[in-house]
Amino acid sequence: MPKLTKDEVHPKIIEALLGTDSDISVDDALENEMVLNMGPQHPATHGVLRVLLRLDGETVVASIPELGYLHRGYEKMAENMSYYEFIPHTDRLDYLSPMANNVAWVLAVEKLAGIEAPPRAQYIRMMIAELARIASHLVAIGSLAMDVGALTVFLWTLREREKILDIWDILCGARFTNSYTRIGGVANDAQPEALAKAKWFIDQFDENLDECERLINTNRIFIERLEGAGVISGNDAIEMGMTGPSLRGSGVAYDLRRNSPYLCYNDMDFNVVTYSEGDSLARYFVRADEARESAKIVRQVLDKMPQGEVLLNQPKKVLPHKTEIYTKMEELIYDFMIVNFGINPPEGDIYHAIEGSKGELGFYLVSKGEGHPWRCKIRSPSMVNLQSLPHLIKGRMVSDVVAIIGSIDPIMGEADK
Amino acid sequence: MNLKELVPQKLQEKFPKLSFEFVDYRGDLSVKLEKEHIVEVCRFLKEEPELEFRLCVDVTAIDWAKRKNRFTVVYHMFSLKHNFRLRLKADVDESECCIDSVTSVWKTADWHERETYDMFGITFNNHPDLRRMYMPEEFEYYPLRKDFPLMGIPGSLPLPKKD
Repeated sequence: MPKLTKDEVHPKIIEALLGTDSDISVDDALENEMVLNMGPQHPATHGVLRVLLRLDGETVVASIPELGYLHRGYEKMAENMSYYEFIPHTDRLDYLSPMANNVAWVLAVEKLAGIEAPPRAQYIRMMIAELARIASHLVAIGSLAMDVGALTVFLWTLREREKILDIWDILCGARFTNSYTRIGGVANDAQPEALAKAKWFIDQFDENLDECERLINTNRIFIERLEGAGVISGNDAIEMGMTGPSLRGSGVAYDLRRNSPYLCYNDMDFNVVTYSEGDSLARYFVRADEARESAKIVRQVLDKMPQGEVLLNQPKKVLPHKTEIYTKMEELIYDFMIVNFGINPPEGDIYHAIEGSKGELGFYLVSKGEGHPWRCKIRSPSMVNLQSLPHLIKGRMVSDVVAIIGSIDPIMGEADK
Repeated sequence: MNLKELVPQKLQEKFPKLSFEFVDYRGDLSVKLEKEHIVEVCRFLKEEPELEFRLCVDVTAIDWAKRKNRFTVVYHMFSLKHNFRLRLKADVDESECCIDSVTSVWKTADWHERETYDMFGITFNNHPDLRRMYMPEEFEYYPLRKDFPLMGIPGSLPLPKKD
């Protein structure tokens, strides 16, 4: 690895990294303190995360995460397109659970516009959001195991995830970037085949997840690499703004599905999984147990799913079905208006968040009564969770950094927006 | 007691001299106040045992482009005790484009405020490490301001130099 020179690191970053208590420099490291540049193209940083580490031997003294290598300016883009046009862009935020992002966006827009999707659409949304959580947690577990050297688990969890992608393939025709939800409902009704496949998936899921877990839960290397690594207490985690499995691994039962329920989560029976240790192993256990709870929710959703419409019949705010556009004059006019000018929610601002797979995924929308949002702020859980990284890796070894990043499970598409 | 009534009551009791503006829209309660008092109000909201807004969810800003007070800094916080979300707003003018940092109240505000500084150019006083969050440090513009074009400014992001 070529030596890092001063020209390659901005002086402000060096200042933040070194603080005032040190006289070491990048060019001329002292005997045992040095600055190591990890990323942005490091396979273990899960994307383009760059971390500058100040090391004493192999121990991390201080660190600075640098974000922005995947910054595409989605907030700026959202301000220049209509609410409908932004749906495909939400796929590219947390690209491991695009369905959950779709759901979060349309729920925020619906709150702003003051409409509500019909019950069947809400149940379908719950189903896809939970399946997305399972898919995302499977990748998180697999890649965490791979980061600490257990490669087989990664293949097995990805095999399970593949089955979820197959469900999405039937559901909306796309496996990866789905854009399945619509303002006021979903793009099309869930086909019986998709529901049957979802049923089949959750029936065999518990057993297969147990199989994956058996590989690592009694694996001494895996346990010892993660146990006690990256410990954060519940109070500190709240102070650092952590949400999602990372917070619940520290014993705080904060889950938006319970704390401020949306969709029909009030009717669902599930446990909020918490572990009190607050280390990387606890965060892994939370994810595994949460995947099981999600499967439980999907089962209830499939049992209780009502019949009926999947798109709200309110042509002023919701794009009508194509069949209606071709046969009715009124719908044709509204279709023209929505496509050209947008849905024009009344003036005001709202914040709506869902429990995404990484934590609280929220959208803050400001409307000026136009077709475009005046301001769209994406509250991305990955970015906020990453903020606690310097706290977690302080005093640990370089090899632990990899495991700890894996246990927070950041997705850079979301962290960098 | 409903937090929607309790929060205004507590704030007015504690800060009788300040003028608050309470808006309840679509179930979200937002409080508007003057930017000079943001830190003390945030600290009160966090530490008051009956409120306990311990989780700072988000700090961001809005650019109103042509208004007198051009920016509004927006804070979202959540009370784990009461499961209640609250929004604070403070106007910031372009001529005096700064506001006190709330990092002393919530550590998590650090990156949120860096991001707001990066995108809007609002300076946060007493911030421990106010660098740009996403854009390179040499970047001269503030991308989320309304006068920044969607296409970007040609030449503002120089390509890497060839040796």
